[in-house]
Amino acid sequence: MQNQEEVKRLKNSVQQLLDEAKEQGASAAEAGLSQENGLSVSARLGEVETIEHHCGQGLGITVYFGQRKGSASTTDLSPESIKETVTAACSIARYTSEDVYAGLPEKELLATEFPDLDLNHPWSISADEAIILAVECEDAARNFHADISNSEGATVNTHQGIHVMGNSLGFLQGYISTRHSLSCSVLAQRGDSMQRDYWYSVARNANNLEAASAIGRKAAERALRRLEGRSLSTRQCPVLYSAEIASGLLSSFISAISGGNLYRKASFLLDAIETQVFPDFVHIYEQPHLKGALGSSAYDSEGVATKNRDIVSEGILRSYVLGTYSARKLGLRSTGNAGGVRNLTIDSGDLDFQGMLKKLDTGLLVTELMGQGVNILTGDYSRGAAGFWVENGVIQYPVEEITIAGNLKDMLKNIVAVGNDIDYRGSTRTGSILVEQMSIAGE
Amino acid sequence: MKILNLARQAILAPAGIQDGDIEKIMNRLLSSSVDAADIYFQSSHSESWVMEGGIIKEGSHSIEQGAGVRAVSGEKTGFAYSDRIELPVLLEAANNVKAIVRQGQEARVRLVYAANEVQYYPIANPLKSLPEQQKIDLLRKVDSETRKLDARIEEVIVSLSGVHETILVANQDGSLAADIRPLVRMNVTVIVEENGRREQASMGGGGRSDYNYFIDQDQALNYGKEAVRQALVNLEAEDAPAGNMTVVLGAGWPGILLHEAIGHGLEGDFNRKGTSAFSGRVGERVASDLCTVVDDGTLPGRRGSLSIDDEGTPTENTVLIEKGILKGYMQDKLNARLMGVKSTGNGRRESYASLPMPRMTNTYMLPGTHNPEEIIRSVKKGLYAKNFAGGQVDITSGKFVFSASEAYLIENGQITRAVKGATLIGNGPDVLTKVSMVGTDLQLDSGVGSCGKEGQSVPVGVGQPTLKIDGITVGGTSV
Repeated sequence: MQNQEEVKRLKNSVQQLLDEAKEQGASAAEAGLSQENGLSVSARLGEVETIEHHCGQGLGITVYFGQRKGSASTTDLSPESIKETVTAACSIARYTSEDVYAGLPEKELLATEFPDLDLNHPWSISADEAIILAVECEDAARNFHADISNSEGATVNTHQGIHVMGNSLGFLQGYISTRHSLSCSVLAQRGDSMQRDYWYSVARNANNLEAASAIGRKAAERALRRLEGRSLSTRQCPVLYSAEIASGLLSSFISAISGGNLYRKASFLLDAIETQVFPDFVHIYEQPHLKGALGSSAYDSEGVATKNRDIVSEGILRSYVLGTYSARKLGLRSTGNAGGVRNLTIDSGDLDFQGMLKKLDTGLLVTELMGQGVNILTGDYSRGAAGFWVENGVIQYPVEEITIAGNLKDMLKNIVAVGNDIDYRGSTRTGSILVEQMSIAGE
Repeated sequence: MKILNLARQAILAPAGIQDGDIEKIMNRLLSSSVDAADIYFQSSHSESWVMEGGIIKEGSHSIEQGAGVRAVSGEKTGFAYSDRIELPVLLEAANNVKAIVRQGQEARVRLVYAANEVQYYPIANPLKSLPEQQKIDLLRKVDSETRKLDARIEEVIVSLSGVHETILVANQDGSLAADIRPLVRMNVTVIVEENGRREQASMGGGGRSDYNYFIDQDQALNYGKEAVRQALVNLEAEDAPAGNMTVVLGAGWPGILLHEAIGHGLEGDFNRKGTSAFSGRVGERVASDLCTVVDDGTLPGRRGSLSIDDEGTPTENTVLIEKGILKGYMQDKLNARLMGVKSTGNGRRESYASLPMPRMTNTYMLPGTHNPEEIIRSVKKGLYAKNFAGGQVDITSGKFVFSASEAYLIENGQITRAVKGATLIGNGPDVLTKVSMVGTDLQLDSGVGSCGKEGQSVPVGVGQPTLKIDGITVGGTSV
């Protein structure tokens, strides 16, 4: 079983890597090591389908020779291979250019406090127990309605990982975390119409997973409600993003204020700091230290301390999302976001999902988006969609084979309301989001 | 035997694994209730270089190696993998895997050696095909030549990557097969600006070859030229139209239509389970009689090509649709066995750490009889979509999308104005029935495709001639 002893052992290995880099002439170095174990069991049509045992490891190192940088990684952790990996990184640094912005984070930004974030809850479930749970979940879906015609199965997944990182400024930390999930995907059929949908639950602690039967029933309900969908005529109308897909809107926003896109001038939000990007009721912030949450960590992927902070308040952009390199390119300091944002949260209003439907009144409820038609440089947005047509706050019929389009700059400004029907399953926490108007293309 | 011996040297020798050890692991996996079993060894060395802001900004090197063991009984699969290629570890993995099948009589296996009949790419190590300094010089040359092309260019990002992968797969019948798979890729992204408006475009290519691929015929410089051309077109682009209209798709990369609209839906696993919109439709009309579509893993040097798939089966040129009639599915061993057909050599996996599945190789449509200009001239009002970014499909409902990155309006048979990229959405089982003209100009893509399925990414190719679809929904903003 993985434990603190193991963390200590990996910390020693990381220190050896850093020492080896110094030995080979590097002026600075950063290294990470991870070990992962897991079990994934799926059942289909009442029988076990696959049992997968996961057992992986890997290390990566970045070395600096002054302002020149080289990186290497390997899954082979034999002493010879580790040495070769350091050599490969050092050799690359002979060919990369002097880059005045390259280097480790400023020492004073590195995390010095390491609270227990309650991320490690091993689930001692055997493969046989996992099969029973998966079958229970799938049964609940298959028995839900006569129109549930087929299944892609239910999957139980449990995973534990140790991640250790260190750098030549003396930072050396590691933690153990777990992640468990239960998912189900089924098909519904009526006449010629066949639809598939799924539901899942994910948590650091298996006790916080939704009940297997509830997940199965939700998967079945979601597949059934899509049957006999139709297209819409081409039009403009308000669009309600359901909570489980609304996080995608926020990730496009985060991408546009991320250092890499800003210093490359590849964002529709260039120089938008301290300007109105959202309507004034919008408040978006990061909570990296939430106990037991999926996105929690005391430090980012460079060791920089993470902090609770506002990104948007009163609709105004208050801070970019930066790692060390992009911050230096922009003449700013790292915001502790190397590797992304953590537990990004948007404040909800008073309306639940039904209230949001009423607020939408007549328009499109989107529950699924397809494709990657988002251009972060221009903000142009055009994606395939499926969902429901809503009139007077009441769902009328399922809709498919349409696209929704607009420009993100306008879409963010024209957010009308954020629901309190929050989806807690990801690292972004948002309720449903209502956008005032978008272009719908259909038949 | 040459490839097999090289693979042994690359993967097994350093780990001290003998053929007898593979037999031991296989014997541990096998019993009378096991229908299939395999042990997959992989060693992959890769590198990438990035030039940005006029400097060589990043370089990285990566080694991925390990082994996966699998036992299959009926529809049940047990699987385990390890990054450690060590006999005790692999024997334990075999024990874990076998728990999925009922115990039966023990079986014994003796390895036999399957020589690859044909190789579709050279036994090359791209990483060693050029000295480091020449890789750097290539990046610098592409960067500086591209920057010279137009005053409106603000930024150029050039990347170069190479993979040298060796695989070895042992099957329950004792066959041992190996493959050495080079793969190179280069990409140029440019950002242009004019009067405060900024746009970007990318172009790249590659294949199962070494870095000389980019030097021959100035291939690399052409990527820069093409990226600049597309970015400048986008500077002029107006809002795209919205609604159902006639669309002419360009030759080559727009073949992503075939990959999304029909390719995934014709993968054996979905059809064995009956979850695809194409399930049970072999022999039926799913396209106009102008359409013949194949999946061909045997094209020399292409990004999606394989001499053998990841289960050791030689790849094929598989006819999926012939003159509009659905002919068959793409199969791996498990789904082929359960459907009572032969594997088509489409069993692929991202790495030793993932299970194989039926996957595409190079999917394309054969040429027709129409001159491309004639096709454009036949359209009174519509969209000409010349280049695309990615796509996605829901194989059950059949709905698919693909996103244009370079498009023009067609008005009265003439290409008139450039319009912004937009997502197109259609229904897989009927979109090809609306194909009314197919060009003579079959082209394959330049070698940039990657396909994702159940979290596993594999390199693929697509292609098609210019073709006309009599109605598909275009997701612009101009209502």
